[in-house]
Amino acid sequence: MENRPLFKSGHTACAGCGQAIAARLVIEAAGENTIIANNTGCLEVFTTGFPESAWGVPWIHSLFENAAAVASGVEAALKYLGKKDTVNVIAQAGDGGTADIGLQALSGMLERGHDVLYVCYDNEAYENTGIQRSGLTPYGANTTTSPPGTVSIGNIHPKKPMIDIVLAHGIPYVATSSAGFPRDIQRKVKKAISIKGPKYIQIHVPCPLGWRHESGKTLDVAKLAVETGLYPLVEYENGVLVSKRQIVPKPVEEYLKVQGRFKHILKNPEELKKVQEIANNNIEKYGLKVQTQ
Amino acid sequence: MKQFLEGSRVVAEIVKLCKPGVISAYPITPQTHIVEELAKMVADGELVSQFINVESEHSAASVVLGAVATGVRVFTATSSQGLLLMGEVIFNISGMRMPVVLTCANRAISAPINIWNDQQDSMALRDSGWIQIYAENNQEAADFHLIAYRIAEDKSVMLPVMVCMDGFILTHGMEAIDMPEQGQVDKFLPPYNPLYKLDPAEPISMGLLADPGYYMETRYAIQETLEQTLKLIPKVAGEFSSVFGRDYKDCLVEEYKTKDAEKVIVAMGSVCGTVKEVVDGLREKGKKVGLLKIITFRPFPYTRVFEALKNIPKVAVLEKAVSLGAYAPLAVELRACFFNKKKSPKVISSFVAGLGGRDITEQSIKEIFKKLNTKEIALEFIDLKPELIKDEYGE
Repeated sequence: MENRPLFKSGHTACAGCGQAIAARLVIEAAGENTIIANNTGCLEVFTTGFPESAWGVPWIHSLFENAAAVASGVEAALKYLGKKDTVNVIAQAGDGGTADIGLQALSGMLERGHDVLYVCYDNEAYENTGIQRSGLTPYGANTTTSPPGTVSIGNIHPKKPMIDIVLAHGIPYVATSSAGFPRDIQRKVKKAISIKGPKYIQIHVPCPLGWRHESGKTLDVAKLAVETGLYPLVEYENGVLVSKRQIVPKPVEEYLKVQGRFKHILKNPEELKKVQEIANNNIEKYGLKVQTQ
Repeated sequence: MKQFLEGSRVVAEIVKLCKPGVISAYPITPQTHIVEELAKMVADGELVSQFINVESEHSAASVVLGAVATGVRVFTATSSQGLLLMGEVIFNISGMRMPVVLTCANRAISAPINIWNDQQDSMALRDSGWIQIYAENNQEAADFHLIAYRIAEDKSVMLPVMVCMDGFILTHGMEAIDMPEQGQVDKFLPPYNPLYKLDPAEPISMGLLADPGYYMETRYAIQETLEQTLKLIPKVAGEFSSVFGRDYKDCLVEEYKTKDAEKVIVAMGSVCGTVKEVVDGLREKGKKVGLLKIITFRPFPYTRVFEALKNIPKVAVLEKAVSLGAYAPLAVELRACFFNKKKSPKVISSFVAGLGGRDITEQSIKEIFKKLNTKEIALEFIDLKPELIKDEYGE
């Protein structure tokens, strides 16, 4: 039991996988007295190919869209057994499993007030099935189902506002984080599990394969998303914004140019301007800009 | 003690005696009364259980999956579209070898939307790896839930059980029921003692990816277990009889006046009561007729059915389900049972009746006996209304 690895090496994630980095940080912050319910997706596939498992904590996978409901059942059973106060329950999924197919189960779990931390690893597409567009794919991104063409600029929809959606459920803790900021992930996970009730953390996790960036640059890419204002790091307690990572905003090109999925946007000044506007809106909405005297 | 109760109340009372730690359900007619009664019992503190109201049947099944994986006895109930919406989780629960007990209040499938009874819903899930038991009346519905928990949680089984009871006819029908005492139930059904569970003291992973090198054996294992279960069910039914005094024999089939019969109807569920009435009437007139009631439909008791019918000249399969585009599902099992066998009924005719809640009357059953002659009927719908099937849009 002492010092047992909670997320073991030897799993089959791609080199430079941001999700693998973040998932390890999450479970190490949560600790060994944790049960995980995992949706289908990259994380499930690369950690649990039978007969091996990377997980040093009890872990269950059922289907693509039901981790929030399975976690609700685990939590209810722990309550019945009188063990809930000593065991954390985490439901975790990718962005498709959270914002698209799993949104209903997630909403049910939040509304019912289960004492569960839900973690969404946001790599901004269905990477496991071959980089298809999800509801959290950013504007303009080239995916296999939102390719740019002569009459399309790629994904024409903005990211689904998941933070606003979960906040609307009135849950006690909501935060975003990023694989580029390991201490931020661990602080927020520890904070979340110290609070009773439903909690939601969405972590930006670069995917070298899907985003077409160098696998050694995962953390740099993740940091650039935050530093340009495209992925704000925010934290809400009881609906109140209690922290945000302030930035000296860099132009969005700096983030876009290190990835292949936005190559076509860089050649299109009008579209580039729209992406910059998304960042500007975030910066304004959350007050991200460092105030100088 | 005899009590005069509605079928749904009977199920709720029995489930209470089984003490599930987690109950989760989503309302659908005609399952609602079952879960309403349980919710009230929990609200009144009569039943100590976590009652989880969910946003869909998909989540109801997922909640009980998560809870039983954590080592707690669970219960859910559904019907029709609800069962179909659960479908993905239904297969997952059996694949993960989770001993869930579910009541299916049998109801027709949409479209057209129809809330009344037939058995197309549970039939659609017949290949899911669940054990399926069909009740004729509410005493059976009660007793079969007790047997269901014993079978599901047996360490040699570890598979889910669906107790099927006809919607409205049983769920909303009043009957005098011999309700067991808590002491009897505790004697028959010990607390759930899982083989494996989600426990930080002994961390295991459940629901792993099985590649082509491993997957097939998991299916083989379920098939093997289900075949073995055909031996366990009669054993458990025997124990049931010794504790509660009601004898379901092997609990696979019930033979009603079949010994010297020339014509036998094979059926499942509440219609068997009507068939018995008709059989009694025809017997009084000297006709050699009988009924074979299928209680356990999955695993299908081929050997038992063969023994029961091998000397019967004419068999009619009467069912409230279809397999659109093919022969009716129960008839397919009967014909498979006797394919290439030396001893066999000369005729196995197939009749579909009662879809979408159309009454199956004594007259319907008499008609089936009448139609059961030397010419085998591949598939015939009984009690169709000719005025509704005339070719209005034809040339």
